[in-house]
Amino acid sequence: MSGYVLLRHRDIPDLHKLDVYLANGGFAAFKKAVTAMKPEEVLKEVMDSGLRGRGGAGFPTGVKWSFLPNKIWPHYVVANADESEPGTFKDRELLESNPFQFLEGLMLSCYAVQANVGYVYLRGEFWRIAGQIDGCIADLEAAGLLGEKLYGSDYSLRLYTHLGAGAYICGEETALLESIEGNLGQPRLRPPFPATAGLYGKPTVINNVETLANVPPIIERGAAWYRTFGTEKSPGVKIFSLSGNINKPGNYELPLGTTFRELIYTHGGGIPGGRGVKAIMAAGASSTLILANDQSLDTPMDYESTQQLGAPLGSASVIVIDDSVNIAWLVRKTVNFFKHESCGKCTPCREGTFWMDNIARRLISGQGSLKDIDLLYNVASQMQGKCLCALGEFSTMAVASGIEKFRKDFEALVKT
Amino acid sequence: MAVKMVNLTIDNHPVSVPAGTLVVDAAKKVGIEIPVFCYHPKMDPVGMCRLCLVEIGRPMVDRATNQPVLEADGSPKISFGPKLETACTTPVSEGMVVLTENDKVSEARKDILEFILTSHPLDCPVCDKGGECPLQNLTMRFGPGESRFLFDEKMRLAKQVPLGELILLDRERCIQCARCVRFQKEIVDDPVIGFSQRGRALEIVTFSDPGFDSIFSGNTTDICPVGALTTSDFRFGARPWEMNAAASLCTHCPVGCNLTINVRREARAGGRDVIKRIMPRQNESVNEIWICDKGRFAYHFTESEQRLTEPMMRKGSELVAVSWDEALQAAASRLKKAGEKTITLAGGRLSNEDLFNLCQLTSGLGGQYWMHGTMGGGDLLAQVGVGQGTNLGEFGPGSAILVVASDLHEEAPVWWLRVKQAAERGATLIVASARPTRLDRFAKCVIRYAYGEEVETVTSLVPEYKTDVSEAICAGIQGILGAENLVVFFGSDGLGLEGTTALAAACMELLVKTNHFGRANNGLIAVWPNANTQGAFELGYRPAADLASRLAEAQVAYIAAADPAGDDPALAEALRKTGFIIVQELFMTPTARMADLVLPAQAFTEREGTFVSGERRVQRYYPAVRPISGPRPDFQIAAQIAAQLGFSLEERLASLVFQRLSEAMPDFAGLTYQQLAMVEEQWPLIGRHDLYFGGTGYDNHQGLGVQLKPAAQRLEPLNLPDVPELPPLQAPEGAFLVVPITCLYDRGQTLLPTSLLHERMEKPAIYVHPKLATRVGLEDKQSFQLVLNGISTLVQVIFDENAPEGAALLPRSVGVPIQGPALAQKEIVSG
Repeated sequence: MSGYVLLRHRDIPDLHKLDVYLANGGFAAFKKAVTAMKPEEVLKEVMDSGLRGRGGAGFPTGVKWSFLPNKIWPHYVVANADESEPGTFKDRELLESNPFQFLEGLMLSCYAVQANVGYVYLRGEFWRIAGQIDGCIADLEAAGLLGEKLYGSDYSLRLYTHLGAGAYICGEETALLESIEGNLGQPRLRPPFPATAGLYGKPTVINNVETLANVPPIIERGAAWYRTFGTEKSPGVKIFSLSGNINKPGNYELPLGTTFRELIYTHGGGIPGGRGVKAIMAAGASSTLILANDQSLDTPMDYESTQQLGAPLGSASVIVIDDSVNIAWLVRKTVNFFKHESCGKCTPCREGTFWMDNIARRLISGQGSLKDIDLLYNVASQMQGKCLCALGEFSTMAVASGIEKFRKDFEALVKT
Repeated sequence: MAVKMVNLTIDNHPVSVPAGTLVVDAAKKVGIEIPVFCYHPKMDPVGMCRLCLVEIGRPMVDRATNQPVLEADGSPKISFGPKLETACTTPVSEGMVVLTENDKVSEARKDILEFILTSHPLDCPVCDKGGECPLQNLTMRFGPGESRFLFDEKMRLAKQVPLGELILLDRERCIQCARCVRFQKEIVDDPVIGFSQRGRALEIVTFSDPGFDSIFSGNTTDICPVGALTTSDFRFGARPWEMNAAASLCTHCPVGCNLTINVRREARAGGRDVIKRIMPRQNESVNEIWICDKGRFAYHFTESEQRLTEPMMRKGSELVAVSWDEALQAAASRLKKAGEKTITLAGGRLSNEDLFNLCQLTSGLGGQYWMHGTMGGGDLLAQVGVGQGTNLGEFGPGSAILVVASDLHEEAPVWWLRVKQAAERGATLIVASARPTRLDRFAKCVIRYAYGEEVETVTSLVPEYKTDVSEAICAGIQGILGAENLVVFFGSDGLGLEGTTALAAACMELLVKTNHFGRANNGLIAVWPNANTQGAFELGYRPAADLASRLAEAQVAYIAAADPAGDDPALAEALRKTGFIIVQELFMTPTARMADLVLPAQAFTEREGTFVSGERRVQRYYPAVRPISGPRPDFQIAAQIAAQLGFSLEERLASLVFQRLSEAMPDFAGLTYQQLAMVEEQWPLIGRHDLYFGGTGYDNHQGLGVQLKPAAQRLEPLNLPDVPELPPLQAPEGAFLVVPITCLYDRGQTLLPTSLLHERMEKPAIYVHPKLATRVGLEDKQSFQLVLNGISTLVQVIFDENAPEGAALLPRSVGVPIQGPALAQKEIVSG
């Protein structure tokens, strides 16, 4: 028996093989759901578990599923495997090493909303993994776990993979849908929301890989068991992708509510050279910078507590920044990333990221002035609240919080 | 069905608009301007540019009681969101409060404009759009005075990217609003341009070969809110404020698109007015705000160096220039001598006034007048043409449209567009044709027949005749039975005079039997070859099946705006026997070269007049340029000849001719030029100082025209013609069937002078299905001598899987004369 809920492959060799997965209780949950549970019972179990989306927004998964109208058919479920946030590498490990648990979760989600077709949308760079998932799907079809009239019921299900072309924006759920449909990957207007008009204009659930991997154990062992992990409002376990200035970077499966200090020092082995932590990015490049101090280090990493630091937990990709780093350099890195990844659909993000990148580059190269620091901050503020999708807003987070909390780092680079 | 009205307030103005209206439109209706770039009232909103951000509040509702929350004074408490919202994507809702003028909104506009201008080259002084540019106007009004963006950091991008030979892209000026991309995809179903790359590198590219392969491409330059897209015709041609504008009509097809002609006096033209560009003029009942590229670009014939400028008379074997006096006298004396042996032949591009004077003159002599052309049935439109008040733009659920024997996309592009959009709105579209057309994919029902079966196909659609019909016909009948309104378009695809006349009769029978005539949005529309063929029918002109013998027997043939010798070798042969030939023309056509007297006529741009469109809308066109010296208007020439003969015809003004016309013709009774010039407010509002809203089109100040009431609508009794049966088309051994089709870019006299379009013009070629080709022994791209009606012409073979297997397709006006379905042979060339 593994101590892990999600990273079970770390204890069970070859879990990525179907026979090994089946021998370790695999697909018991799916069989139980299809043969013994009504779709709404599956949905209720997930709702009761309090599982929240692991892609970043933390929206309650069961509630999301419940939004699909029963008057419009067909329904679709799309797994978002476009894991592109800098510092996030949890889905990749699941896809590579424990793919069947994820696929079982996807299948349970399909069953819960009575979708007969599910898609796995993978970022273009995951082409090798896509091949592996295709193999898994073929194995499942051969084993009769996917296909027509499963377990003798009336329920039929097919899964397909779809490979993106290397665009961060396609992790945004409506851009992802556009990409599956063969269009340019740009976010759609909302409303309508995907729950009512998603893929091909039909009701669609879009869930993160890790979210879906949580579903089989919830169905198998029940919502009450799942709630034994984590906090009241943020139940369950979460994979924290730890990177940056840290001795032992990697994925750590821990209950939500674990403190930054425990993650960094107990599990991550502390900072190289025993240096101090200067800042933390809890949500990859989209993070609002957290100023590291006793109070923030002792903050539990759950959706509510982290938010109280003014920084969303996001996908929980914790990047540790030690005191040797100039935050202006970090800000330039993130801004450059967003400039490269802005889809260009809306004006503030297309022009704003380009402009911020110019100013930040100027500052880093020592060509900037004090006015440029204010200008950079202004441009970021000028973008906020005006963009078409969340990506545009995210691109300003590190800039604004960086200047607010670490202005001295910027001033140090300015010619006097 | 009553439309639900929604009440809201915008900047303290109470507004009531139909449910579903967008905030930006609701504001516009009460005169409040919310600036936009990406939004266009003819297209679905996308909310990309973010310029239209406004503050929107909605009445608060108590979640527990579901009751509105009230302020202390009893008014509903309004809750404003934390963020500004895009007015172009937000539909109105009851009790909504919209603020468009407060500091928060003004700041946001300034911010967005500053963002847009960071990448904009600000080359307004050399930009074609300068002076009528939404970005320029909105920046002046809402933008920041100066930019904080460093000039040196501006992106330098390509400034001359040809998307095709017609449209050029300036990548620096593009603000990525996607209006052009959306127009091509949503409006005209030609998704041949799109975005490539992303972020700041986002650029418009074309996917087609040839580039930007769409017959509507020019419209993108009107709706482009900056100078990014320009036509190669107008690019760097003039500044908008230097040009005068004149209202006109397109003369290339029977739709009657309203145009504005922009002209400028130019030194290099010797101080003459030069046409700089043609733009659509808004008429929501005709062309909305669109025109096709033929209408936009093919005006150069009016300024051609080849235009006839002086009367010419045959002296000996040569045509030599003579004075107008001499010419008019010669014409008069010849006509007087000929008397009833006079035959007048008029073309469909003459105005009603020209046609009226010509027929008055001819009648006065006791002669006969005919129309030159191979399409019949126009007389039936006077009975059951579409009723007054017909507007394809209103077609939707409950309406049906039947298109028979017409490739509208090629023959009348804007009708194609309007029919397509009607189908998308829910109208039942039935397409009956011998070959696939661009309308098929929008049709509820496609009926495929073999050439020659047009009449029986339409007859089989009459529900009461229903006997053992195919599934497609059944579906067609269902579509017709289920419709409140029905409009039938008939064309001449594969048909000659005999076929079209019979087809028109069959269409009329269908309309009458199903009671779809005599009222608005019901009736018959003919897809004529010319702009005023319908007008000629209205004035009593008919095409003659036996024209050759009539010409051969005539003592004088007076031919205006027609080229029978060029179009039909048999007519050329007949003209050799005609006593005396008078030709009134723009150009030295093959017929003019045979003439004894040639009279130069003015182009439509130099004068005024009226046309009757295929929808029987009488519309005015106005002089756009000062006429070149020499030519006279056709109506005036006829009147001046008449004066020599002692008849009094009006020669002074077209409006005075029209006055006589409306007195003489019952269908036109009471109609005046003043009525034709009347306008009313149209939606969307375009062409004003707020041109950002609908694009750089032209508001219509000069007339929306008046649709004639057909006899049925005046409750006059119908005269139902017999529907003739057509002989079956069959090719004997050693021959194959060739039928005429119409292509947009043919090689006609009025198109050839526009060199810009040469690459897109049809070549002398026939489209042959590979199976037919194998049977006949033809190979793809092979050139061979095609023998048609005894005439041998070198043509190329183009394999076309869409062509039927039974007949080869030959485009009209590409240099190979064809009048109707004909038997052809391959000439055996020895060695």
